[in-house]
Amino acid sequence: MALLEVNNLCISFGGLRAVDDFHLTIEKGQLYGLIGPNGAGKTTVFNLLTGVYAPNEGRIILDGQDITGHKTIEINQDGIARTFQNIRLFSQMPVIDNVKAALENQYSYSLFDSLTHLGKYRRVEKEITERSMDLLKVFDLDRFAETLASNLPYGQQRKLEIARAMATNPKLLLLDEPAAGMNPNETAELMKTIELIRDKFGITILLIEHDMKLVSGICERLTVLNFGRVLCEGPTKEVLSNPEVIKAYLGDE
Amino acid sequence: MTEKILKAMTPKRKNALNGKSPVMTYLVVLAAYAVLELCIKTGIMSSHLQGLLVPMVYYAIVAVGLNICVGILGELSLGHAGFMCIGAFGSAVFSLLTDGVLPDGLRFLLAFLIGVALATLFGFLIGIPVLRLNGDYLAIVTLAFGEIIKNLLNALYLGIDENGLHASLSNQMALGLSPDGKMLINGAMGVSGTPHDANFTISMVVLLIALFLAQNLVHSKHGRAIMAIRDNRIAAESIGINIVRYKMQAFTISAAIAGAAGVLFSHNISTLQASSQYFGYNVSIMILVYVVLGGIGNLRGSVIAASILYLLPELLRGLNKYRMLIYSIVLIAVMIFNWAPAAITWRENLAAKFRAGRNGRKENA
Repeated sequence: MALLEVNNLCISFGGLRAVDDFHLTIEKGQLYGLIGPNGAGKTTVFNLLTGVYAPNEGRIILDGQDITGHKTIEINQDGIARTFQNIRLFSQMPVIDNVKAALENQYSYSLFDSLTHLGKYRRVEKEITERSMDLLKVFDLDRFAETLASNLPYGQQRKLEIARAMATNPKLLLLDEPAAGMNPNETAELMKTIELIRDKFGITILLIEHDMKLVSGICERLTVLNFGRVLCEGPTKEVLSNPEVIKAYLGDE
Repeated sequence: MTEKILKAMTPKRKNALNGKSPVMTYLVVLAAYAVLELCIKTGIMSSHLQGLLVPMVYYAIVAVGLNICVGILGELSLGHAGFMCIGAFGSAVFSLLTDGVLPDGLRFLLAFLIGVALATLFGFLIGIPVLRLNGDYLAIVTLAFGEIIKNLLNALYLGIDENGLHASLSNQMALGLSPDGKMLINGAMGVSGTPHDANFTISMVVLLIALFLAQNLVHSKHGRAIMAIRDNRIAAESIGINIVRYKMQAFTISAAIAGAAGVLFSHNISTLQASSQYFGYNVSIMILVYVVLGGIGNLRGSVIAASILYLLPELLRGLNKYRMLIYSIVLIAVMIFNWAPAAITWRENLAAKFRAGRNGRKENA
């Protein structure tokens, strides 16, 4: 059974049908790409999948469970985590606290314990710190643990955002233009990171990207979106050589 | 040696906010307490100045409370004088009722808990509508609630006799108290005869407790969630943080601490009135000035700023009309010292030099 199945997804803003009859099937463990020209509706699809918008029509089924219409917080507990096109870190908090904050729903102690540092505080905080450091090590961010997130170099900020999303233990990770604004070296490093987390955590990844080198380098399958509709889908090589796709990107001769 | 002990006591990770260590904050407060207490005991301090100490401390406490709202939660509240007002009146009424019934210590302890509990309750209730808003709108609505609380208490008549409690919003006569009844809140005349239970030592203990709770909060799961909301609401939501719940928690804790300051207020003054002078929006703004000048999110800074800025205009009373002029110049100077980039660089250089000097001395020794 597919991990994510989206059928007939539609949303309109006023008279504009931003996403129309969108469908998507992602198998477990796949690295899937969502591409398309600017304004095609890719980020809107992400916002629909993560509950930022409720769809007018259609169904979203994650791992056999219907999650259509769930709110953002519930979606995270359902098992979808995401990063943002314009980085959204907790910029005035240290790097490690960004990850710790994402462990929110996996560890608990009472507000009283928080205020007095009694009870379960010490034991649970120790676990949280260990988990966070382990995760930072995977992303090679452990040496920045105490740095304010806003002081990280750009490429590292992108990585931290992925680390933070991974901390919520998702089944499906959504990456919105992870390579945006990166130089070729940073992009190469990012590609390694994405493959690493896929292999290490056995996670399924859906990413939006414009950098064709990254897309053709790591994505196994693609869906191309144009004017809110699916233009075509299939294995990466086939899709990228499809004349329709080339036309959508480069226009007619 | 002490340095070593301190190092062992201090958590490795310093305060996320401005790199202040929590233990240092307690030490600063304790040192200030020791010095001031010594001045009182040796008779160096004038009685006028002694009378200013308790207010200084309760303004420091309310500044710590407001800093949780402004610095940690990142929402501007202009209604904290209102929460202080609730704490003050609630505890004063309780103390009046039980004066002579309960032993002094127990009475004050219970009055304190009741004042804080009432402020907490109102913080929670007002938080429900207010925290749906953001930014300027939230500030305006908190300001309105602060004024409503003050004006309601200003118009409230409350008395007790053998038939129980009587309340009215029109006048004293409308209460219909029996001749041996007792007035508790006399409208704009307020509450008089509250026992003088608060003193400098108790206030300092409350300040330390407030600091303890606030600093612990910053270094906890709940504090991280609250700060995550402050830094980026959308991202916080995306990792499953319950925005409403944590905002309510921060706001309520903040109101509770303001209520604690209110209890000290009412037990340090002979006649408690819900006047603008004590609980108006200008007081809320004054507290905000303490928080901003002490550094938003910097709890120790709030205490220091509140102490200095409260004492300053009082100490300058002799200068009469130049008083507020000097006060404003000091405000501007502190602002520049705290926030101007050039001043920050200068401070950092100075700190580096100081550190280098200390290390040099250590090597020589």
